[in-house]
Amino acid sequence: MQVTFWGTRGSLPTPLTGKAVRKKIVNALVKGAGRNLDTPEKAEEFCSKELSFAEGGTFGGNTSCVQVDVGGPDYLLCDLGSGAREFALAAIGRHGPGKPQTYHVLLSHVHWDHIMGFPFFIPCFIPGNRIVLYSCHDRMEQAIRGQNHEPCFPVEFEALGAKIEFVKLEINREYQIAGTKVTGTPQLHGNASYGYRIEKDGKVLVYTTDAEHKPENKKEMDRASAFFKDADLVIFDAMYSFAESVSIKEDWGHSSNIMGVELCQMAGAKKLCLFHHEPVYDDQRLEGVYDETLRFEEITRSGPRLDIVIAYDGLILEL
Amino acid sequence: MDLSETGVGDAMLVAVSGRIDLSNADSFRDGLSAAQAKTGGPLILDLSGVDYISSAGLRSLMIVFKAGKAAGKAFGIAGLQPLLVEIFTISRFNQVFPLFGSAREAIQKLAPDSLSAFDAR
Repeated sequence: MQVTFWGTRGSLPTPLTGKAVRKKIVNALVKGAGRNLDTPEKAEEFCSKELSFAEGGTFGGNTSCVQVDVGGPDYLLCDLGSGAREFALAAIGRHGPGKPQTYHVLLSHVHWDHIMGFPFFIPCFIPGNRIVLYSCHDRMEQAIRGQNHEPCFPVEFEALGAKIEFVKLEINREYQIAGTKVTGTPQLHGNASYGYRIEKDGKVLVYTTDAEHKPENKKEMDRASAFFKDADLVIFDAMYSFAESVSIKEDWGHSSNIMGVELCQMAGAKKLCLFHHEPVYDDQRLEGVYDETLRFEEITRSGPRLDIVIAYDGLILEL
Repeated sequence: MDLSETGVGDAMLVAVSGRIDLSNADSFRDGLSAAQAKTGGPLILDLSGVDYISSAGLRSLMIVFKAGKAAGKAFGIAGLQPLLVEIFTISRFNQVFPLFGSAREAIQKLAPDSLSAFDAR
């Protein structure tokens, strides 16, 4: 199973600003002062070896869209945030627009940042393509149709060329989707949200974003950790600091790096991926959160080490 | 986890020791709430004997802190071991609660009139 992150930001797209780019360039030039960097190869090696991820790159700013590749003929995606546009361009570049494809999409919920990529999802416009949208959310179809409707968007849903289907999933029931076994679970989030456990050939991926966890609620903690149980990868909503999530942003429907580590430790999960990044955090701050999360796992570890990664637009993980 | 409370002048000093996690976070919260109810002054926690606190324990602190704030009672935490300092920093609880190096320092700041009672113990 291969997992590709096309959009990792929470709430709204967050483009890197010119000011931030300039800051990175200035920092890199200062760090490279006095070095012989007179060829692209030498400069590339310097960037790779001497600059941190935040100094030499960016986490990106597209909203949630994750591709799950299990080797089958069809595509499988989680959510259609603004990252879906990048995915679609890559997919069409791979096959060409003239070859019909089937795209299966699991929607966690229908808040705007998770569906805003649909109107710009080029496969929708191409006759012959089949797009199947799945969700436990009971207003999925209404939200998707409503988004492709005047005065907010000039192309009406009925005018889209692809065959588009909606499939309502029941929670806690197993489905066969794109060659995988998929189970949905309800999550604590305004207007409802659902996590998905995706299994194939003994590998387990849990996609759980836009989910708040109340640490004092043992029953709910146990339920969440059971859903994550023995997962190879848990893609986890780590938008806020833990203090924010239980104080000024309590009941805003998001979680923290602390909760991600604790739930994955409870569940015996192998890898945690911090996801749905706070849009006000810049690259340096996200890198700091990642470093702190590694340390938190280290000081709280009582069993096998939990591997931790932080998502960025373009990250590819092999399970 | 052990918890003992001592009235010190206007303040209530609660000394906690052991590990605070999901298994005892509720009794931790209840113990702190009961101590808070017994004083009209600040609640000061001496956590120098605590070697670990999980998210559930931090959440209990937040609940008691909020209740005290609503009642106009000050709240302070003293004596964090280095590991707890890290946990408070990573969770950003260090930005929420007033933290003090020792219980005496907390009394001096939050209940200065009770300092002589603290020293006389």
